[in-house]
Amino acid sequence: MASVCFYFQVHQPYRTKKYRVFDIGHDHHYFNDKSDQDINNEKILHKVATKCYRRTNRVLLELLERYPQFKCTFSLSGTVIEQMEEFSPETLETFRALVKTGRVEILDETYHHSLSFLYSKPEFEDQVALHRAKVQQVFGVTPTSFRNTELIYSNELASYIEKMGYKAVLAEGADHILGWRSPNFLYSPPGGSNIRLLLKNYRLSDDIAFRFSSRDWVDWPLTSEKFAQWVNAVNGNGNLVNLFMDYETFGEHQWEDTGIFDFLLALPGEILKHPDNDFVTVTEAAERYQPVGEVDVPYFISWADIERDLSAWLGNSIQHEAIQKLYSLEARVKDAHDPKLLDDWRKLTTSDHFYYMCTKWFADGDVHKYFNPYNTPYEAFIAYNNILHDLEYRLDHHRAVGTHHAPKHLSVTPKPKREKTKEDVTQARRTVRRTSAKTKEQRAGH
Amino acid sequence: MNIRVLMFGWEFPPQVTGGLGMACYGLTRSLSRANVAVTFVLPKPITNMNEHRFLKIRFIGDSKGRIKIKSISSYLRPYLSIETYDEYLKRLAGVPLDYALSLIDEVRRYGMLARDIALDEEFDVIHAHDWLSFGAGIEAKNVSGKPLIVHVHATEFDRTAGHPNQQIYEEERRGLQAADCIIAVSHRTKSTIVEHYGIHPEKIVVIHNGLDHDEHGRELPDILHEIKAQGKKIVLFFGRITIQKGPDHFLRAAKRVLDYDPNVIFIVAGAGDMEHQSIRLAADLGISKNVIFTGSIWGDDRIRLFRAADLYVMPSVSEPFGITALEALANGTPLLLSKQSGAGEVVTHTLRSDFWDVDDMADKILGVLGSRSLKDTLSENGLRDVRRVTWDDTAGKCILVYRDMIAKGLS
Repeated sequence: MASVCFYFQVHQPYRTKKYRVFDIGHDHHYFNDKSDQDINNEKILHKVATKCYRRTNRVLLELLERYPQFKCTFSLSGTVIEQMEEFSPETLETFRALVKTGRVEILDETYHHSLSFLYSKPEFEDQVALHRAKVQQVFGVTPTSFRNTELIYSNELASYIEKMGYKAVLAEGADHILGWRSPNFLYSPPGGSNIRLLLKNYRLSDDIAFRFSSRDWVDWPLTSEKFAQWVNAVNGNGNLVNLFMDYETFGEHQWEDTGIFDFLLALPGEILKHPDNDFVTVTEAAERYQPVGEVDVPYFISWADIERDLSAWLGNSIQHEAIQKLYSLEARVKDAHDPKLLDDWRKLTTSDHFYYMCTKWFADGDVHKYFNPYNTPYEAFIAYNNILHDLEYRLDHHRAVGTHHAPKHLSVTPKPKREKTKEDVTQARRTVRRTSAKTKEQRAGH
Repeated sequence: MNIRVLMFGWEFPPQVTGGLGMACYGLTRSLSRANVAVTFVLPKPITNMNEHRFLKIRFIGDSKGRIKIKSISSYLRPYLSIETYDEYLKRLAGVPLDYALSLIDEVRRYGMLARDIALDEEFDVIHAHDWLSFGAGIEAKNVSGKPLIVHVHATEFDRTAGHPNQQIYEEERRGLQAADCIIAVSHRTKSTIVEHYGIHPEKIVVIHNGLDHDEHGRELPDILHEIKAQGKKIVLFFGRITIQKGPDHFLRAAKRVLDYDPNVIFIVAGAGDMEHQSIRLAADLGISKNVIFTGSIWGDDRIRLFRAADLYVMPSVSEPFGITALEALANGTPLLLSKQSGAGEVVTHTLRSDFWDVDDMADKILGVLGSRSLKDTLSENGLRDVRRVTWDDTAGKCILVYRDMIAKGLS
């Protein structure tokens, strides 16, 4: 039997505006570009909500109504939910309608779609807690499985989130970790852990996400019949077909005129023609199947690029400088107890900011293949770096004010610039306080 | 069959006043490596070569006689405007001149004398560089019937930042119309030719300039360590101090930077008709203390200056190509290039600003000066980027044009 597990990633970052050095100390609004450029978050959200989100949600809702067996799984970053609340509540409503069917699972992730697991475990836990609270508030459900930003994954991540209580986690079915093994089974991390590992079938997923409209591809045009046959072929040597992709595949990466929506609308019917096929959500798959083996991932992998590693976000020295500077401010930001400051800092943890600074595809004069709302990775860095300087300015200023108004607090923990040590992190991990009170405090900034 | 080219230019190393002479040198050297026989005609004698009129000399160095340089004596200088040419002649008072005294007449005279050379030489195609030699190319075509290729390194619209001299414009248009094929150094220049000269785009081929990599890999002693030892950063302007190159925008950006970080030295290297005006502007802006005017700098000092700089800024108002942009990258110097520059079509690892956007330039300058990692990333990627850009590539594309023209001439 082959169970198809559709998983869609929905995410939009808060892109920074073209923040100049002269703005430092004067302008503390980083994400409010109102131009017609692609750094205007409201503009982008409207565009993607129209071309993709509402359009595809309509198709999925129809499929859910038509086929009682149809199911799928989503993960929505906190930053995209927040932007829908602010700019397009009617779009968020269509996601709610999907979840209300009871056959659409929502996963947890870091609220800010961040790389925090790599830099700060306490921040990682905070962002996961924020996300969980947001999902509960918006959708009335509590996620039971997890996917980390851009499917960044390792053994360490698996055991960490297992302790946080999750049943399953997603990762890329990268060749170099699977070897001869197939992604079409359930796995577990090494060491007899109880968390289940679902690995993306990147060939079939990318047939839809990347190759669907490519006329150079031998299998173009891709029909739902053809794709269903490929799924059927898994029967007998696998039981799980993990189709993981960005939700923006539908209508945004593959435009409507490519026929992507007709394909999606017809696909479940074709798949269900084979009596042994059905659909599962992520947690369902983890509960229904037995893991066939352990997959050892000692180093971080992701679903990005051919490298399937971290080099899209952490591949050059400007990316490293930016992210190190960001996390070096964490302790001071949190000590300041200023919700707006903390919220701004967190919006800067979103992985996209570092992705825009990536220079690896920018080489060889092949500028046209490269999309970046900042024109160049260097401009992305300059704006981001200026913002970090402003954040520091606010921290300095805040401290000065704080000395007058809250001397008691400051005298308790006078550790302004101390670097975080390993002991701190361990300590923080032991004493996690993921209370809803904290969440409210952060949301109060809005 | 080896292709034989009769090439008309107006300057050649060691006597150069700008990028054109260097471009002719790089191009002809690579052409000769590809077995193209070039006879290079210059409008004036070159000192250190030979003092005779219409001299025919072998090209120095490695060309095995494949490049011959011929020279016609005149006072043509490539970057002069008609007004400054008159000034220039006044300064030459006392020098016996057997020429008419206007720049346009000089160009005409170069054309007439070119006829004799064309009758005297064996060649398959004519290749003329920029407007001063277009007349010569037309005359050579008239007497020989061979195809004429004109190579546009700059137009009057670029040199004057949009205020062309009518006579020069007409001379340019005459050459563009007479040509069988036009080579433009950038897509930007191609657009200018189409829009301002009414030329059909199909007649224009874009062939970007190259870079002489041998010149930039060499070990050279450092300069300006005194400034660097004080912890000061160096931002460089390098080019003719004329309206085309945007020295005024550079100084205004400098002012914005210095308001924010006084620990920066701005070097303006070059000469030109806006030199005095620029020195005054620096004084008016109150930044003279941080601006050094060096005059023209050539040879190894040029390379050492690039290497000493933390950032090279090319704020050109209109730059058909801008070879110095590539030279900076070849020396590991990060580059801030105006969006109005053609060199940006061949290299991607640069910062770009509109020439008039002084705030944006200042923001980027401060960005580079304030971040070691940004400077290093731009430097490493820029160096890798520019290695692909070679004169051999440029020459190869020119040869395709020659073949095409010769084939069309035969049919």
